[in-house]
Amino acid sequence: MTTDIEAGAAVSRGAGSGLLPSSGRARRAPRPNGGGHGPSLLMAVPALAFFAAFAIIPLVGVVILSLMNWDGLGTPTWAGFDNWTRTLASPETHNAAWLSLVVMIGNWVIQAPLSLLIGVFIAGHQRYRAFLAALYFLPLVFSAAATAIAFKALLDPNFGLGAALKIPFLKQNWLGDPTLALGVVLFVIAWTFIPFHSLLYQAGARQIPASLYEAAMLDGASGWQRFWQITIPQLRYTIITSSTLMLVGSLTYFDLIYVLTQGGPGNATRILPLDMYLVGFRSFDMGRASVIAVILVVVGLTLSLALNRASGANRMESQMEGM
Amino acid sequence: MRTARARPNILGGILGWVWLGVIVLPIYYIVLTSLREQSSFYTENPLLPPAAPTLDSYITVLTSGFPLYFFNSVVVTVASVAVILVICVMASYYIVRSRSKNAQRTFSVILLGLAIPLQATIIPVYYMITRLSLYDSLLALILPSIAFAVPITVLILVNFMRDIPGELFESMRVDGGGDWRMLWSLVVPLARPAIVTVAIYDALNVWNGFLFPLVLTQSANTRVLPLSLWTFQGEFQINIPAVLAAVTLSALPIVVLYVVGRRQLISGLTAGFGK
Repeated sequence: MTTDIEAGAAVSRGAGSGLLPSSGRARRAPRPNGGGHGPSLLMAVPALAFFAAFAIIPLVGVVILSLMNWDGLGTPTWAGFDNWTRTLASPETHNAAWLSLVVMIGNWVIQAPLSLLIGVFIAGHQRYRAFLAALYFLPLVFSAAATAIAFKALLDPNFGLGAALKIPFLKQNWLGDPTLALGVVLFVIAWTFIPFHSLLYQAGARQIPASLYEAAMLDGASGWQRFWQITIPQLRYTIITSSTLMLVGSLTYFDLIYVLTQGGPGNATRILPLDMYLVGFRSFDMGRASVIAVILVVVGLTLSLALNRASGANRMESQMEGM
Repeated sequence: MRTARARPNILGGILGWVWLGVIVLPIYYIVLTSLREQSSFYTENPLLPPAAPTLDSYITVLTSGFPLYFFNSVVVTVASVAVILVICVMASYYIVRSRSKNAQRTFSVILLGLAIPLQATIIPVYYMITRLSLYDSLLALILPSIAFAVPITVLILVNFMRDIPGELFESMRVDGGGDWRMLWSLVVPLARPAIVTVAIYDALNVWNGFLFPLVLTQSANTRVLPLSLWTFQGEFQINIPAVLAAVTLSALPIVVLYVVGRRQLISGLTAGFGK
């Protein structure tokens, strides 16, 4: 988890899910205290100050820096839209945008069904499932750097898993082959984040009233039918929340890929956040890196607001009732 | 709900155990390899227990600056989380209890942080940190870590504090309690579960953070654990057991936390998104 990117992932994990539901709730909540005006704004000033200084101001700053030339050391100088035209014409950034889209969709296709199945599975109260669940969450304790380093060793064609199990399929040059490397990245991301999403589905599945299943059983519905006609529809808000987090979170994976492949081989795994870092802190072109950052912010914001809107007001209701 | 099921769920069971393998195998490999001699790493089967288990790798790591990196991580995590808790409890109390329009505005602004991939602001943060002459200091890591944790922390705390009955505040106000007294003797004790939850959640994020250390520090003196794993990997190169020993050691405090407070940790992870 979370951290930098994990920290970032954690932050972006919140995207969409908490945002509207809570403010919706706030609007409706009656204010029970009769007299007085409540606590003073001063109470919120320290938190606001930190947030403004290191989140709001940089957000404005990144737009300004996208219009400047800056090598990271000297004083930024005005560049106009030069960085924008260069970045929007850069094949590297095009490639990164395309890869980000692939990673975003790939993540969802892999993680959403698995997280749902695993989450529903561990929502059961059997002893062995509780035992399995405790182990399922273990990836959450590793930093992205730790996970990436471990998988690098594990996937070594000569001394890793392939050699241990003597399975030729596993003895490939996983991180050296451009096509395979992207698959590995998707797999390791799934390994890292499925525990978190199955946690959401576990919580969601446990909220489904048992009476629905009992009624369906009386009607003679099979397990398969119960899954499709009760479990899935009842989990729809969890599906939306979790999917939003997966999609927006895909814009934030940095440390895992950075340690695993550094964007390589070639540029095969160089997604946008990595492109931003490499352009800014390796090529010392902070202006162009800021352009990429602005694109990330706009896409992320649009995506979470769009998904929030698409999911509609009903979802907020359900979240309020305690998903 | 599944207990009502007549037939055992065979498919689910198979998937369950297969997934266990996917999760546990890499972890098993990490721990096992960290106990291997460097020389036997290339000869032994990676999945069988080492013929001669040794703690040599751990000694290598512990004598390579690891204690300092560990200490740095502790300082950054403890300082960040302490400040996060104080400022966010105060802000959440204000948001929940104030009847002014500003309270709702404050909340909306802070929640905006959840919809934006905040690490996209790393370049201006880097600019500010260098201009403040904080580059390559632990404070450079602490300040933005605090700011980035504010949205999710406030969200979780506010959701929890809304359930504190208003009558409790009323009766304390009648008794002449001011804001600070309410905060200290009412909000903090009653919101304790939520505070523990966010403390664990934020600590985990700061502890595992990688981007800020990578961009905002450079010397060994200010190195924190996740970044040290990255540099160990460069230093030890082919000494994989040592690299994996470092990985194990870095995760150890969180594993302990996980064993002791699994419930809080897990509720922390879902708290912001469920209720």
